Amino acid sequence: MAEDVAIIGIGMHPFGRHENTGMEMGAYAARAAMKDAGCDWSDVNYAFGGSASAGNADSMVSTLGLTGLPFINVANGCATGGSALISAYNAINAGAADVCMAIGFDKHEKGAFAPDPASHGVGQWYGDTGLMLTTQFFGMKIQRYMHQFGISESTLAKVAVKNFHNGSLNENAWRRQPLTEEEVLNSLMLSNPLTQYMFCSPGEGGVALVLARGDIAKKFQKKPVYLRSAVLRSRPFGSFEVFNSWLSPDRGNSPSVGAAAAAFKMAGMGPSDMDIVQVQDTESGAEIMHMAECGFCEDGEQEDLIQSGATNLDGRLPINTDGGCLANGEPIGASGLRQVYESALQLRGDAGAHQVKKPIKTAFTHVYGAPGISACTVLSN
Amino acid sequence: MTTQIPVAEELFTWPSDSPQLIGTRFPESGVTTFPQSKSCPKSGSENGERVLLPRRGTLWSWTVQGFLPKSPPYAGKETAKTFKPYGVGYIQLGDEVIVESRLTTAEASELKIGMDMELVIIPFSTDDAGNDIVTYAFAPVKK
Repeated sequence: MAEDVAIIGIGMHPFGRHENTGMEMGAYAARAAMKDAGCDWSDVNYAFGGSASAGNADSMVSTLGLTGLPFINVANGCATGGSALISAYNAINAGAADVCMAIGFDKHEKGAFAPDPASHGVGQWYGDTGLMLTTQFFGMKIQRYMHQFGISESTLAKVAVKNFHNGSLNENAWRRQPLTEEEVLNSLMLSNPLTQYMFCSPGEGGVALVLARGDIAKKFQKKPVYLRSAVLRSRPFGSFEVFNSWLSPDRGNSPSVGAAAAAFKMAGMGPSDMDIVQVQDTESGAEIMHMAECGFCEDGEQEDLIQSGATNLDGRLPINTDGGCLANGEPIGASGLRQVYESALQLRGDAGAHQVKKPIKTAFTHVYGAPGISACTVLSN
Repeated sequence: MTTQIPVAEELFTWPSDSPQLIGTRFPESGVTTFPQSKSCPKSGSENGERVLLPRRGTLWSWTVQGFLPKSPPYAGKETAKTFKPYGVGYIQLGDEVIVESRLTTAEASELKIGMDMELVIIPFSTDDAGNDIVTYAFAPVKK
């Protein structure tokens, strides 16, 4: 097993809509993480950071201090934050740094993303004819999944209700108003079977984490949290992804299946060892499917698990304890790091109103996004 | 008189009384892509053959596009006021390939996974000269 890598500092700029730039939110999070770690910028020997729409992370050095440290920009779509974290984890494991920072931030326009066909390797006709919307992909993936495995619309809605409830208890969340199942089901139908309140929105925010070699962690932080694994996978043949004008009838796994399995293997733990879970909930259906793809249940078992409240804050397996993407929105560069921030907060017992009720020692995070990438981590005390 | 201009060359056979989608079949891996592709995403092979795809298949999954997509990339001429939701689905064409397509109906009650579907060509926009720009779509097979 790899050397211990500890998270010694966590910092977050609240998610939502703000006046300041994405870069300013990233720097705010970086300062908060260093304050939490009790370290200075001059203590950080390596940094990795990125955003999708808010500029080059490394230009932050002119705000934080020109110490000459190596700062590498990371651009990996929805796994940008996760990739920054994996890079930091690897840098420490490789002996290239003792104290390392991973930063993600972003600032997106209102409404669905408007992607460029050429930059996604698809023909212009695909965008011209109204097929190039991520929302359609999400609708069609869960539509088929519900048909195959008997998931009800009520269960889709209950995921959103849970996440907005969790968000209402989280002062850093964007959407803090709880919604009822009826309100979720009766909101505007955007892409059948998914309604407006079942989707997350592009948003704004920043998260930074300070990581250190495990053996020096307690010099900085009384309650370090250990990163037991950090893994990224791209898509295997046969996976169902956004912007695919065709699929093979020879169906394969999602990249989340491989990323989660590898993360558990590296950590020497399994899904049943996890006390809390954060999975990508771009929309309600994604949370349901990712529960199975990451190994927390069999296909179809989500119906009973969610209806019985097993994934609530007081349930057997709390999922998306901070409200997930649904309540926090999705600033692409920051989203994966938000999940790790939340896991560390929970493991330290510092989550306040949204702290899970049972004692916890382990946590799992999972991001997923275009064009078919997934990043997973396992954390523990 | 207006003419019907396909949204892209070599996407489907046109003009034609019985149009077909055009794909690439890679004999080594057995993979068929749509539209045509220079290399096989499974094997990396560049030895593909142009193939005409079956005109009929079954509905593999579907949704309804409920709001006006952003332009660009969308080239439809609707406004938020004139926009009407349209169906989108994946249609399995035998064991060969599952293709994504607009659907001719946006009524959820008319769409069932597994139902028989057939290729049609539909106008979805116009060019500056007033010609229809056409694309492919799948329609439920009338019993």
